[in-house]
Amino acid sequence: MSDAIGNGAIRDYGDRALLVECDSTDEVLRLTEALRSQAWAGVAGVVPGARTVLVEVADGHAQREIRDGLSAMAIRPRQPVADHPHADMVIDVVYDGADLDEVSRRTGLTVGEVVAAHTATPWRVAFSGFAPGFAYLTGGDERLAVPRRGEPRTRVPAGAVGLAGEFSGIYPRESPGGWQLIGSTRAALWDLDRSRPALLTPGMWVRFRSVSR
Amino acid sequence: MRSLEVIAPGPLAVIEDTGRAGLAHLGVTRSGAADRRSHALANRLVANPAGHATVEVTLGGFTARVHGGSVDIAVTGADCTPTVDGTPFGLNSVRRVAPGQVIALAAPAAGVRSYLAVRGGVASALVLGSRSYDSLSGIGPPPLRAGDRIGVGEPAAQYPAIDQAAVEPVRGAAVTLRMIAGPREDWFTDPGALVSAEWTVSHHADRVGLRLTGPPLQRRWPDRELPSEPLTRGAIQVPPNGQPVILGADHPVTGGYPVIGVLVDDDTDRAAQLRPGQRLRLGWARV
Repeated sequence: MSDAIGNGAIRDYGDRALLVECDSTDEVLRLTEALRSQAWAGVAGVVPGARTVLVEVADGHAQREIRDGLSAMAIRPRQPVADHPHADMVIDVVYDGADLDEVSRRTGLTVGEVVAAHTATPWRVAFSGFAPGFAYLTGGDERLAVPRRGEPRTRVPAGAVGLAGEFSGIYPRESPGGWQLIGSTRAALWDLDRSRPALLTPGMWVRFRSVSR
Repeated sequence: MRSLEVIAPGPLAVIEDTGRAGLAHLGVTRSGAADRRSHALANRLVANPAGHATVEVTLGGFTARVHGGSVDIAVTGADCTPTVDGTPFGLNSVRRVAPGQVIALAAPAAGVRSYLAVRGGVASALVLGSRSYDSLSGIGPPPLRAGDRIGVGEPAAQYPAIDQAAVEPVRGAAVTLRMIAGPREDWFTDPGALVSAEWTVSHHADRVGLRLTGPPLQRRWPDRELPSEPLTRGAIQVPPNGQPVILGADHPVTGGYPVIGVLVDDDTDRAAQLRPGQRLRLGWARV
């Protein structure tokens, strides 16, 4: 069952959540932000995905009411990206990744051009997943879109910077992984001893900076 | 301080409470007791607030000695024939245990998880507001090992109102779990096959999810990829091999496999008691 909301739809997700479809990452983030700032009674959680937003409801009775509210809600109109010339976070990267040559081959760019493309424009945190503090960064140079590795690595070190599809991401800790690795950073993506353990949270703008070490 | 000294943890014993709500956008799953209902009952029996932590014992084999003073305990969930110094005291009841005595939970004949609550609660350190062990990310107190000391908190003023609760036992027979279609049932040629087939719980069954085996579900567009979507416990995800996975308490927060249906929230607790080899059916819920 679906209702119109903007160009999207609202789908039941079991009896404790609704899934709202969006046209773009930007719409996902605007809806997420709007729902968080409005703090509706009965909404237990708001979780962004790549093209969807999960709205968790506290109990089954609230599900219909919140669905009606979502159908009627207006979200802040799109802001041009030019409004965000700054970055909320700059991440220093040594571009020494094991898959740099592979990315160069697949994109037809030189290694230098890959680095330039990765650092030239800001990326935006769309959503999280895979591991605590793992942020899916989107909106970068489209020429960098490369498929995951055919054979995932059993061990990717913490701080490895990778590409997969439309996304860039940084492994918060050592783990298996299938992304094409282009570099590494010393930034701590996840630290439980900080008041905000995740360095990158949905909506943030991130810029990569090339450093020699 | 009163404590429980773990003599043997069994296959897996972990500390769990009601989990870490509202952090999924940071990549942190809720976690918490897999069978929330049994966890809540164990707390209620010993007059603990609902958020207190209990010990989630998987397939029994757990023994612990009481130190520092007597404690009131209750054991719920899968019937693991709980004993104190070898004397059975009955599931879903309150039992006082003196220092030096040994609590033992045997392997249950049916079900998977039993919950040991102690009046005052398990007093381990809070991590992001919870004492739960998240097996997916490793956040929270690690699984218990022999020799570990489990601290016991100060009890609340109120005293247990009942000493025994009548609850439906966890059974090993075939069960039917209710679900709601979608959000991605249209990705499958025949979503009704989920309901018409009989499924078996595979050996890939843990706090993250239960992989089922049965006739593979066919995708309508085998080459199409779904952009990653948020997930919840009870979501039934279907990877490319067509064998559904019912997500559990430690589910990934987002994922790219289509979710064909989502268990009714109440039935996710029953799912947490399904063991490998057990048969189940899925049925559409009327809501």
